[in-house]
Amino acid sequence: MIHSFKIHGTYMVLDVMSGAVHQLDEVAYDVLGCYDENGVLNNDELKNLSRYNESEINEAIEEIEYLKKNHMLFTEDPYTQMLPGWAKQTVVKALCLHIAHDCNLRCGYCFAGTGEYMGHRSLMSLDVGKKAIDFLIENSGNRRNLEVDFFGGEPLMNFEVVKGIVDYARTREKETGKNFRFTITTNALLLDEDKRRYINENMHNVVLSLDGRKEVNDALRKRIDGTGSYDRVLPLARKMAEERGQQQYYVRGTFTRKNLDFGTDVLHLADLGFEQISVEPVVANKDSGLDIRAEDVETVCREYEHLAKEYVERRKNGQWFNFFHFMIDLEGGPCVAKRLRGCGSGTEYLAVTPEGELYPCHQFVGRKEFLLGNIYDGLNQNPVRDTFRNTNVYTKPRCNSCWAKFYCSGGCAANAWQFNSDIRIPYEIECELEKKRVECALWIKAQESSRLAGPAEN
Amino acid sequence: MKHIKTINESTLNKDIKKAGCGECQTSCQSACKTSCTVANQKCERK
Repeated sequence: MIHSFKIHGTYMVLDVMSGAVHQLDEVAYDVLGCYDENGVLNNDELKNLSRYNESEINEAIEEIEYLKKNHMLFTEDPYTQMLPGWAKQTVVKALCLHIAHDCNLRCGYCFAGTGEYMGHRSLMSLDVGKKAIDFLIENSGNRRNLEVDFFGGEPLMNFEVVKGIVDYARTREKETGKNFRFTITTNALLLDEDKRRYINENMHNVVLSLDGRKEVNDALRKRIDGTGSYDRVLPLARKMAEERGQQQYYVRGTFTRKNLDFGTDVLHLADLGFEQISVEPVVANKDSGLDIRAEDVETVCREYEHLAKEYVERRKNGQWFNFFHFMIDLEGGPCVAKRLRGCGSGTEYLAVTPEGELYPCHQFVGRKEFLLGNIYDGLNQNPVRDTFRNTNVYTKPRCNSCWAKFYCSGGCAANAWQFNSDIRIPYEIECELEKKRVECALWIKAQESSRLAGPAEN
Repeated sequence: MKHIKTINESTLNKDIKKAGCGECQTSCQSACKTSCTVANQKCERK
């Protein structure tokens, strides 16, 4: 399987099974279009390329055949035979701790209601947090690296418990040989100097929520009194980013159909000095007025392409920043076993409510049909666990035939369930956006791998 | 080659017998929380 595409006047092809990426000239691109899906050249199709001279066509064929022979084009699937081994029983290695089912913002797109997740406002106790750490250790088998994300609602509203859990995990780390990595996801409203210092000393990663331009942020990220949060959050988030040396954090925004020009928000955050940026499409109900719709996809894809071009220019000219969705590690990325099932929700990754209930991930919290047990009694026999365990890009027909399957790993199960009532049917709009992001990421790699990569159109 | 420039050679299918140790970061913990972006994760063995 291959995927060939054109972006900003650059012709490219991805060899799906090997991960090889090539840049082509127009002749080679058109000649490649004369090959069928099995890598067999259709000579009748070649007759449509009379605008090229024969020697150019033959050179292109020779180069394509060389890449085929060297397993860099039309590579056959070497993974199918490995699937049974990779699909073995998994262990739990990451928890999303819902430290607070309460929030000091009232964001218009929040999937957690206003922080309470279809339940009541509550804070996790230290006892529950400690028990969650015990649960993680006991269910992690031989895995050494374990991850805990402090999430909400707003976790800074219950920060003493966060500190208590970190202290407890560090003591258990020593006796068990485990290595905990902590992350905190916060709206930054309460991010005073003491909290920043603690986080910088103890957290592997910090996610700071901010949507971009003031008017965009404040339209949806409102404080309880209805005023916007931008003016309060921005200086605190900037301090945090600077104190972390612009490393191991993300300023993380959400875009909706109200700002399909979200690239401007990304660049606004870069202009503010943030170097680690993630701005992502909203997951919102169909009737919310905020959800990205099928008719928006073309606009959003164009915006990604425009952003990619500006991204390359800025990085080339000393205004370096990192955009999470354009990051792709072609050489040292994860193995295919990891790429089969993505985030691991419902198996390796679970969410824990303030009361200690377990769910497949934070997006499923409060949906009782997805309750997977609790930290006291362990995992239950809910059959959805098997669905999560048995779902990967090979078992989902739409993913199995998709060229991007080893880059998005099947997409978000919560999105799939929300839009298709089935975690095995990916959310099509998410698929289209992800495919465009991967194309942009590969194009960026080509541009940055050599400045001789060819001029961009426009 | 004159018409094709390789940006990245075959990488996915290398060392597949050693794949699946599971020590790498859970992607949802990195930044996204609503979407899967896996290809930028680091392998703990490299």
